[in-house]
Amino acid sequence: MNRAIIDVAAPLVLIAVLVAGWEAACRIMAIPGYFLPPPSEIARAAVAGAPVLFESAWNTLFMALKALVVASVLACGVALVVALNQTLEKAVQPLAVALQVTPVIAIAPQVVIWAGLDHPERAIVTLAVIVAFFPIFSGALTGLKATDPDLERLFDLYGATRWQRLWRLRIPSSVPFVLEGHKVAGGLAVIGAVVAEFVAGSGGAQGLAWRILESSNRLQTARTFAAVIVLAIMGALLHAALRHAERAILKRLRGR
Amino acid sequence: MSVASLAAVEVDYPGRGKALGPFDLSVEEGEIVALVGPSGCGKSTALRLLAGLEQPTRGTVTRTPGRGETSVVFQSPNLMPWASAQANAALPLELDGVAKTEARRQAADALARVGLSGAAAAKPAQLSGGMAMRVSLARALVTQPRLLLLDEPFAALDEITRRDLAADIHTLWTETRPAVIFVTHNVEEAVYMASRVVVMSASPGRTFSVVRTDPALPRPPHFRTTLEFRSAAETISRDLALSMGCAA
Ligand SMILES: Nc1ncnc2c1ncn2[C@@H]1O[C@H](COP(=O)(O)OP(=O)(O)O)[C@@H](O)[C@H]1O
Ligand SMILES: [Mg+2]
Repeated sequence: MNRAIIDVAAPLVLIAVLVAGWEAACRIMAIPGYFLPPPSEIARAAVAGAPVLFESAWNTLFMALKALVVASVLACGVALVVALNQTLEKAVQPLAVALQVTPVIAIAPQVVIWAGLDHPERAIVTLAVIVAFFPIFSGALTGLKATDPDLERLFDLYGATRWQRLWRLRIPSSVPFVLEGHKVAGGLAVIGAVVAEFVAGSGGAQGLAWRILESSNRLQTARTFAAVIVLAIMGALLHAALRHAERAILKRLRGR
Repeated sequence: MSVASLAAVEVDYPGRGKALGPFDLSVEEGEIVALVGPSGCGKSTALRLLAGLEQPTRGTVTRTPGRGETSVVFQSPNLMPWASAQANAALPLELDGVAKTEARRQAADALARVGLSGAAAAKPAQLSGGMAMRVSLARALVTQPRLLLLDEPFAALDEITRRDLAADIHTLWTETRPAVIFVTHNVEEAVYMASRVVVMSASPGRTFSVVRTDPALPRPPHFRTTLEFRSAAETISRDLALSMGCAA
């Protein structure tokens, strides 16, 4: 059989087997639905709740994307400024690391208060920006410094100015690193948005996290599962889209 | 007239001691000199001094002062992977402030001279090793240098490609007759390329011997099969073996 077909089929078969086993176990052992609903019930809940789930998913995704754009602009800008000045880099580096290692959940409640309890979406975007910032920043900074030393010598030979070196060598060299950073940041932005939604609670944020909280509070476990699955699919799609964009851009850049 | 020279230059690297010298080398206008020597003896260091990329610890370097008057081709093509062949070849001119359209036009000419007019739009990843090296050569020629420094430019290429390129470099050289210093490991290549071959001793490199070959450049056809070629190659091989011995 064709290798490509096997690669696609293998995980699908595994999922089918696991789902079938799950369904069978729920029925045979008569597990109550609020404890562990069978896949068929989850599917029914997903279909019944589809419009609401999609709208919520779109809200979460939209906030994550907004955060990704803001984080991208901020992180690239700061990396560019910092890359030009070693002292500044030394000064900024520990702060950036501190921001990265602090769990977003720990600062979320305070950010929600600062954003105003009437504006949970501001807090959500802000927190997603905070988590998405670091991978882009460190990718851009690494890339700006990871120039080929032989090309550096060539630029020396032809008497390149600082600006020529930046625009013609360092920025183009950094592109693959920046793209990699965006790929990681995309996933983190969704996580940041979801965490923030959980903390912001019922303040009117209509994202997927709120659907999960709401249905789990009501013991509508099948609906909870459906929301979690939609969330997972959304994350996977975003990751796939970013990976696709990364490949397309690199291909265009390198001609292959 | 001498285009560039090294006079009693020595280079020390911190923690390593002396890497080159004392070493003398002078290249005349329109001359092709080959530099052969054991690996690590300081051939690349000598070229970096002549290119002004490095300063000697002791001794004097005299070089052509103008921008773009000295060009270097390194062992790897060192092309910008994101830029087309034409944009790569135009780089020295654009860095010098030449308007983009003019720089690109001259780059297209340089690419045509190295036989790559069809590949102007190609990115480095789309080129073979030999073609990438030709782009690198076009970039070096685009400024019409008076001194061309070639640091083992064929080392990564297969035999057929390197012979083609060697012959083409001679043809190109007849057009503007720049002075050329050509570094190589390969004795036969040195004899073929240069009218004067400088054999260096093992690190720290000094001049061990100088071998001259007669027929005018570019070489007559079948030069590689002549007695003259063989005897020069044998002298250099012997000197090279002796020069390695004298450091041990
Ligand atoms: N930047 C450097 N720092 C320390 N040692 C160096 C440096 N560059 C070259 N060397 C050393 O100097 C010697 C000469 O190097 P190089 O000129 O590259 O030799 P070659 O080109 O003849 O093989 C080598 O032993 C190398 O290890
Ligand atoms: Mg070398």
